[in-house]
Amino acid sequence: MVENLRFRDATLAKRVVEKIHNLASKEGTVKICHVCGTHEWTITHFGLRSLLPTNVEVIAGPGCPVCIVPASEIDEAIQLASKGMVITCFGDVLRVPGSKMSLLDAKAEGADVRVIYGVSDAVKMAEKEPNKEFVFFAIGFETTAPSTAVEVIKQPPENLSFLVSHRLIPPAMKLLVDMTDLSLNGFIAPGHVSTIIGVKPYEIFPKRYHMPTVVAGFEPLDVLFGVYMILKQLSEGKPCLENEYMRAVRWEGNVKAQELMRKVFEVVNGNWRGLGTIPSSTFKLRRKYENHDAHLKYGVKVEDGVDIQPGCKCHLVIIGKIKPTECPLFMKTCTPQKPVGACMVSIEGTCRIWAKA
Amino acid sequence: MCLAIPAKVVNIKGDGAQVDFGEGVLREVNVTLVDAKVGDYVLIHAGYAIQVLGEEEALETLRLWNEILEAAR
Repeated sequence: MVENLRFRDATLAKRVVEKIHNLASKEGTVKICHVCGTHEWTITHFGLRSLLPTNVEVIAGPGCPVCIVPASEIDEAIQLASKGMVITCFGDVLRVPGSKMSLLDAKAEGADVRVIYGVSDAVKMAEKEPNKEFVFFAIGFETTAPSTAVEVIKQPPENLSFLVSHRLIPPAMKLLVDMTDLSLNGFIAPGHVSTIIGVKPYEIFPKRYHMPTVVAGFEPLDVLFGVYMILKQLSEGKPCLENEYMRAVRWEGNVKAQELMRKVFEVVNGNWRGLGTIPSSTFKLRRKYENHDAHLKYGVKVEDGVDIQPGCKCHLVIIGKIKPTECPLFMKTCTPQKPVGACMVSIEGTCRIWAKA
Repeated sequence: MCLAIPAKVVNIKGDGAQVDFGEGVLREVNVTLVDAKVGDYVLIHAGYAIQVLGEEEALETLRLWNEILEAAR
């Protein structure tokens, strides 16, 4: 397919970088924020920051869904495991620190914690072992939530419940623009979240906040053109909403997935690790499906968790206020082998990406 | 987590489909969320197809990129 043919063309990259330098020379400091771990991976892996002019900074916002799961929800999953439930989860979440331990620590102590590729694996396991109670720890942004909705609506086995920990990206972006000391000048909106929600939910950013916003894909050229499009909007003084990733993102998004999510979930306020409560930023199962809601089914009470361990600066890294290298623990006591903060755990965590670069 | 990989739909049976991630790496995925047909390229995330990739749009992107680069050279 064309995907691999010219989306990494070095000549095109050189030329767009020239254009970026030309536009940036007429601007002061420009701070562009992306909110996707995969964008951070592309930027770091391909060394894109080194190609940008010194006055153009690209920072990583809270785009790693694993990093923002609050410790209290990890604690709840661990407590459920300690009561004999089988916890099924994505591999990324296994080592995320709870208040006292991670799910991996719990597994080492004998809890039945199983890594799965997708929620359908949890359904198959629950069907195969009807004598055990299974919980799917449903983390992830709008990209992942539709798959949970698919299985919830299909009447899953009675012995499977869902610990819903999905989070929504646009409310987090709103929080970032409201932090005026971050002084953002533009957003690169997340490509794969947008395949589901479409482009429309970002309209508020150029309209209300005069913030250029470009949905971009994940090839290095996608990101460079995203930066170019934001600079172009700034130079013309016309902030607007553009879709660079049109091969995967339709303006209206995936309507089928949106419909399913609406049927299965209601939107409620959510706690984000290191960021506190963000209004209307998480999903909860609707009443119709509450017999599969692990919160209600097992009624485990958890205290407020310890989101940030002493010395850890994840709460500042996650909003791009500091770089991972500015955290005193980075690659000293906090390493990919022994992470202290959540940003060092997932392959989409900013600290983890920088550690491997 | 939001990683999604393109794959080609090889066959479809109900909600399930067999997709090819390239070089013969085949896997069963769920296609409930998309209207895909055999031969389409889809984006796969955690075992579910989340969108059909548009070849026309991909070519349009390359055309636009070149247009941007050609402008005011």
